[in-house]
Amino acid sequence: MLKDEDRIFTNLYGQNDWRLKGALKRGQWSGTKKLIEKGRDWLVEEVKSSGLRGRGGAGFPTGLKWSFMPKVSDGRPHYLLVNADESEPGTCKDREILRHDPHLLIEGALLASRAMDAHLAFIYVRGEFMRERERLEAAVEEAYEAKLIGKNNKHGWDFDIIVHHGAGAYICGEETAMMESIEGKKGQPRLKPPFPAGIGIYGNPTTVNNVESIAAVPEILRRGGSWFASLGRENNSGTKLFCVSGHVNYPATFEEEMGVPFKEMIEKHCGGIRGGWDNLLAVIPGGSSVPCVRGEVIIDALMDFDGLQEVGSSLGTAAVIVMDKSTDIIKAIWRLSAFYKHESCGQCTPCREGTGWMMRVMARMVEGRAQKREIDMLFEVSKQIEGHTICALGDAAAWPIQGLIKNFRSVIEERIEQYSHKSDNDGVIEPPIAAQ
Amino acid sequence: MTQIKVDGELIEVPDYYTLMQAAEAAGKQIPRFCFHERLSVAGNCRMCLVEVKGGPPKPQASCAMGVKDLRPGPNGEPAEIFTNTPMVKKAREGVLEFLLINHPLDCPICDQGGECDLQDQAMAFGLDSSRFTENKRIVEDKYLGPLIKTIMTRCIHCTRCVRFTTEIAGINELGLLGRGEDAQITPYIERALSSELVGNIVDLCPVGALTSRPYAFTARPWELTKTETIDVMDALGSAIRVDSRGCEVMRILPRINEDINEEWISDKTRYVWDGLKRQRLDRPYVRKGKKLVEANWDEALNLVARKIKKAGNRVGAIAGDLAGVEEMYALKKLINSVGSNNIDCRPPMSALEANMDRGVYIFNPTIAGIEESDCILIIGANPRFEASLLNVRIRKTWRAKDLPIGLVGQRVDLTYDYTHLGEDIDSVKALATGSHKFNKILKKAKKPIVIVGEGAISLAKNSKKTGRDILSMSLMIANNAGALREDWNGFGLLHNAAARVGGLDIGFVPDNGGASSLEQLELAKKGELDIIFLLGADEYDLQSLDKTFVVYIGSHGDVGAHHADVILPAAAYTEKSAIYVNSEGRVQMTKRAVFPPGEAKEDWAIIRALSARIDKILPFDNLAQLREKLYAEFPHLQNINQIKAGNISAMKKLAKIPAKTSNVLLRSPIKEYYLTNAIARASKIMAECVKARREREGANR
Repeated sequence: MLKDEDRIFTNLYGQNDWRLKGALKRGQWSGTKKLIEKGRDWLVEEVKSSGLRGRGGAGFPTGLKWSFMPKVSDGRPHYLLVNADESEPGTCKDREILRHDPHLLIEGALLASRAMDAHLAFIYVRGEFMRERERLEAAVEEAYEAKLIGKNNKHGWDFDIIVHHGAGAYICGEETAMMESIEGKKGQPRLKPPFPAGIGIYGNPTTVNNVESIAAVPEILRRGGSWFASLGRENNSGTKLFCVSGHVNYPATFEEEMGVPFKEMIEKHCGGIRGGWDNLLAVIPGGSSVPCVRGEVIIDALMDFDGLQEVGSSLGTAAVIVMDKSTDIIKAIWRLSAFYKHESCGQCTPCREGTGWMMRVMARMVEGRAQKREIDMLFEVSKQIEGHTICALGDAAAWPIQGLIKNFRSVIEERIEQYSHKSDNDGVIEPPIAAQ
Repeated sequence: MTQIKVDGELIEVPDYYTLMQAAEAAGKQIPRFCFHERLSVAGNCRMCLVEVKGGPPKPQASCAMGVKDLRPGPNGEPAEIFTNTPMVKKAREGVLEFLLINHPLDCPICDQGGECDLQDQAMAFGLDSSRFTENKRIVEDKYLGPLIKTIMTRCIHCTRCVRFTTEIAGINELGLLGRGEDAQITPYIERALSSELVGNIVDLCPVGALTSRPYAFTARPWELTKTETIDVMDALGSAIRVDSRGCEVMRILPRINEDINEEWISDKTRYVWDGLKRQRLDRPYVRKGKKLVEANWDEALNLVARKIKKAGNRVGAIAGDLAGVEEMYALKKLINSVGSNNIDCRPPMSALEANMDRGVYIFNPTIAGIEESDCILIIGANPRFEASLLNVRIRKTWRAKDLPIGLVGQRVDLTYDYTHLGEDIDSVKALATGSHKFNKILKKAKKPIVIVGEGAISLAKNSKKTGRDILSMSLMIANNAGALREDWNGFGLLHNAAARVGGLDIGFVPDNGGASSLEQLELAKKGELDIIFLLGADEYDLQSLDKTFVVYIGSHGDVGAHHADVILPAAAYTEKSAIYVNSEGRVQMTKRAVFPPGEAKEDWAIIRALSARIDKILPFDNLAQLREKLYAEFPHLQNINQIKAGNISAMKKLAKIPAKTSNVLLRSPIKEYYLTNAIARASKIMAECVKARREREGANR
């Protein structure tokens, strides 16, 4: 259970002032200069020792990522790109940081930039986040006025921030598509390699980090990496923002220690499952793109990277979507398929063609208008997409369906049987009464 | 060099190779749709996936991943890839299944049938049946102009066409709009594409989404006879393949020639073929009264012979833009045999003279040499329309490196950035005297190129001196810039006509008091020239030639034929074997794809027959004998595909700055790109291109 003094995000609900004055009161921007003066290597090492893993979904160790930046610049500038294009269905954590604690992010961006010898950071804000962008811009303006950032600032590290507002495409949350978008092109992922740390925005070395990862950095550095590492389990250290939505009594976004058991987390923060624990059907524990897990399996699971991997899913963005037994799970997953079909960029073949195919088969399965052998076909098609695409959207589109088939095959089969039972001897199915 | 194992076979490849290149070096074939050697890597078709040992547990796109991106094994063993494992096979089958689910599978009515990448690869790597039972996607067809037919439902989104138009052709008019399965290849504004190279996207398209509109439903690739020859629509001599069926040319496609056209050709080259069937002169004609009436060969030749005998040496001959070397050689011998030197193959007011060194009138740096250059100055030319593929090479070089380009002449869109240095002869003079700002850039360059347009040295309205001044000043600029060196000859004259360099090489120019083309026409108008031969010469002012007897030897009923008193029908470039020397001075030879129509004969044979009737029999009875004589006189012509270099010191001698110059504007001689010669003017497709261009320009206004 996370103690109050261990919280990083102390204004998560906007109960306090989000402006610079309030941020200073909460201890932000304190001792930043000293941290910067400790130099690049110390910063990277400290973050490495904290065990902070990227909070954007993939969980790549942040310190390690920073260390990939060229040690000595070859003349090209280095950039930090903060991914605030939070569009994963179910996820609503970065938004709270942007609108209630923007200075945490700005300070983190400054420190992270020092750690990778960057003097410029881009913050790419999701298109739909209008008010959040306004707050962030206002906070950046304040920071400039207070000489916290900018040329010849108080901290002795020249640093500029460009807030870039996206246009609302999910795919622009993919790091290389985001770079294309920033460069003014169509948001389509680039091929990797070359990786952004070698060739990123405008061909310059770039590191892309999630808002939450960057916003956690100042506190980690102030309190020391070992403090952060002492929370949670090994390899899954620190605190994390969880966003619980769906059929719980009180859906909420909250900060919690990594590795908290699912049941405990829901009981404490969300008031339990709607209709009691027996009513729990399934949980998507990490945002729409991870496989769903059956309720009885996840109850005792530990909510961290390894804990959820053990139950066949992943932590993702820690956006927990809870579904009780009133849910039509096939339809729920179909809705996700429709989302991925809509958001596929259309660049590479498996995702462009496969997402639409899967969505259509899913739509039939919602009705039950399918053959049982098509379940296996659907699984195989999803496997044909997974791992064959340029970016991870193909994988993200495939996993929910794979999760559905693995966990709820019987439900689909039942639906198909129900549908065929409705037919008469000639196989004709009466149209619904409304249509008559 | 680095070592890599492909399917267990250890090979050594340069470390800049991609996995695809490495696999090919090992003799493994990798299927692909979006990858093309001359375009940027898109990596979006996912057909070229290979398995990488020790890499991530998923297949990798071999077109995009470099050999140096691979990590060696734990004990430093060379990296290993596989092209034939179950994982790769499954990946290919999966991709092909995805590509085919929304593909209409209308192969029987698709013009790409038989030469379709998707068809071939589906046969080689795909499954035999589909599991897709949903409705297929349909996509609305797009209008891309009169040359391209679109059936966009067939599109597999490889974006080769988009990459070609933006990278090679330099137009931003085609793109991938929409997302996911609704993504479509579409022109941003639906109207004819503005490039002169759009025909190439038909070749690039791996499926039948983009096909040739004029060729639609006319033939199948397997029933065509393929003849590898060269093009004469401009002075570059692009390598082409003429596909014919029976006596008809059905289409023209590019061949790879790295020295000239890489693998592109211009639209005029590609789509001029319907001009080969229209307005053809298929039998001799003789003017009776005001009308040209059909005649037989005997009648026509005897009439001409009678006229020649009567004329004595008051005979002249002008060779047109498409004439081959053999016929010019034969005609020269014929005119010389009656004691005349009135022969010319140059445009009016050309500054090029007989006995000038070859270096002055060829494109010395060569087209491939442009890629080595680090600074280009263009004087009085519009390479985009005078020599489209040379322009492509300049754009390619400009994209690859920092290449300053200066242009004296009309401010036009050349598809790359250039510094406009002025439009008139004074700017040329400023460059020659070294007082221009651009001189500093030229000076710094190690391999500068000075391109001089043929139009600039033969400004038709001005005196001959103006052209000569521009030529000598351009040589001066080249010399001052250090472009006239033994190891780098950067002076290039850019011709517009395929016949020109060949004609100049064999001296089809007035010598020893002969009259030039303009002088001949003036003499003829005054009645001082009794008979004039037009060897396919249509680009001259042929008005009021009533007082002279005009013999037209050519293939098309164009301007020249209209003014003729006798028409002797000859062969077009696809119907004869003839030598052409391109602007670089490269000797090339056409091949016969089809026979000339009707009673038309090869040009040299007509002239040989005529010589017999005036009792001055030319000393050859067939093409081989003619070439024997030709080679004996001009040995460099037998070296096909070779360039005889120019003489630097002879070129330097001509470099000078005249004291006084009359001020003129430098203009390209090409008024309408699609209608520069008789064949193009006879082509309906070219006329449609002109119409489309005017509509587009009208819409812009």
